[in-house]
Amino acid sequence: MALYGLILAAVLFTNAVAVLHEERFLAKIGWGVDQSIGGFGEEPGVKTQLVNLIRSVRTVMRGVFIKIIYFIVSI
Amino acid sequence: MALPHQGYRATKPRARAAPPSGDPLLFDDTSSGAPPINNQNYYESGYNMGAAAPAGQGASGANNLFTDPMASAAMMYGSSLANQGKDMVNKEISRFMSVNKLKYFFAVDTKYVVKKLMLLMFPYTHQDWEVRYHRDTPLTPRHDVNAPDLYIPTMAFITYILLAGMALGIQKRFSPEVLGLCASTALVWVIIEVLVMLLSLYLLTVHTDLSTFDLVAYSGYKYVGMIFTVLCGLLFGSDGYYVALAWSSCALMFFIVRSLKMKILSSLSADSMGAGASAKPRFRLYITVASAVFQPIIIYWLTAHLVR
Repeated sequence: MALYGLILAAVLFTNAVAVLHEERFLAKIGWGVDQSIGGFGEEPGVKTQLVNLIRSVRTVMRGVFIKIIYFIVSI
Repeated sequence: MALPHQGYRATKPRARAAPPSGDPLLFDDTSSGAPPINNQNYYESGYNMGAAAPAGQGASGANNLFTDPMASAAMMYGSSLANQGKDMVNKEISRFMSVNKLKYFFAVDTKYVVKKLMLLMFPYTHQDWEVRYHRDTPLTPRHDVNAPDLYIPTMAFITYILLAGMALGIQKRFSPEVLGLCASTALVWVIIEVLVMLLSLYLLTVHTDLSTFDLVAYSGYKYVGMIFTVLCGLLFGSDGYYVALAWSSCALMFFIVRSLKMKILSSLSADSMGAGASAKPRFRLYITVASAVFQPIIIYWLTAHLVR
């Protein structure tokens, strides 16, 4: 029972991360995609990593996962 | 409810007949070295499933098994079908996780388990915490006491669930649903902890060789402390519970900090030449200490309701 709650929470949280729109919302806050992709040997830093993580979650979600989410939530 | 109440340490050595420990090959599937009798429980009559069974062997085996050639033909067909099913399952599973990597974690023997359990309960005298390597691959737990394994966490998890059931039974609060609830709660906490560790390690770009299974192993070691705590709580009452909680918390915190320090803090990333004493070592220290402090909290959370 707790496992089902965890799965549901994870799916809903991932969905919430995925629907953060890039232009309308994130760029306004300053969490837009990196324009300066320089610096190979430098540390990316927490914020860059987080922004990249959000972007990659969105990209993956646009594929198969949306179907999975709608299937699970509709149960 | 016959449980390993008094023989907690005795349950460990019983589980596995040790594969030959002098075997230098690390990832050798020892179940293929010996004739595959282990997983032949269905075919007790010695029918060798591993070898391609020609009809001649089937015929000569038929004299031993049944006098009916139809039965032996049916058994051959069934065994080939089972082989196909096994191959398919293996293929599907190896898409998600590499089975070889998993085998590494279960390559333990009795000596390792005993030493590791003593190390978990009293880590203060251990000197060398480095994980030894053997030509670029980490040594199996059979040869290196510092290597993480998944055998102890799995067994400790199952023992903890049984012990929780027994503790509730002693207090007349037992019902079968409670076991499932306890198991899923503990499992969920392990998953949460592993996910949080993975996320923090990724966000702070700490380049370690800690894989997911390593983190699962280190998270699972707290179940040994939990079992010890619950046992002392049952035997010696509330005072014994708190004493054991303090003891196992300190030991586990020390163990986690020393083990993770080798992996996280001293990992040489390529960008350590630039800003050397920047925020990075500090964040790594935070991660290690936070992970260590989390252990007593979760031990208390998961065992306090068992010992009143």
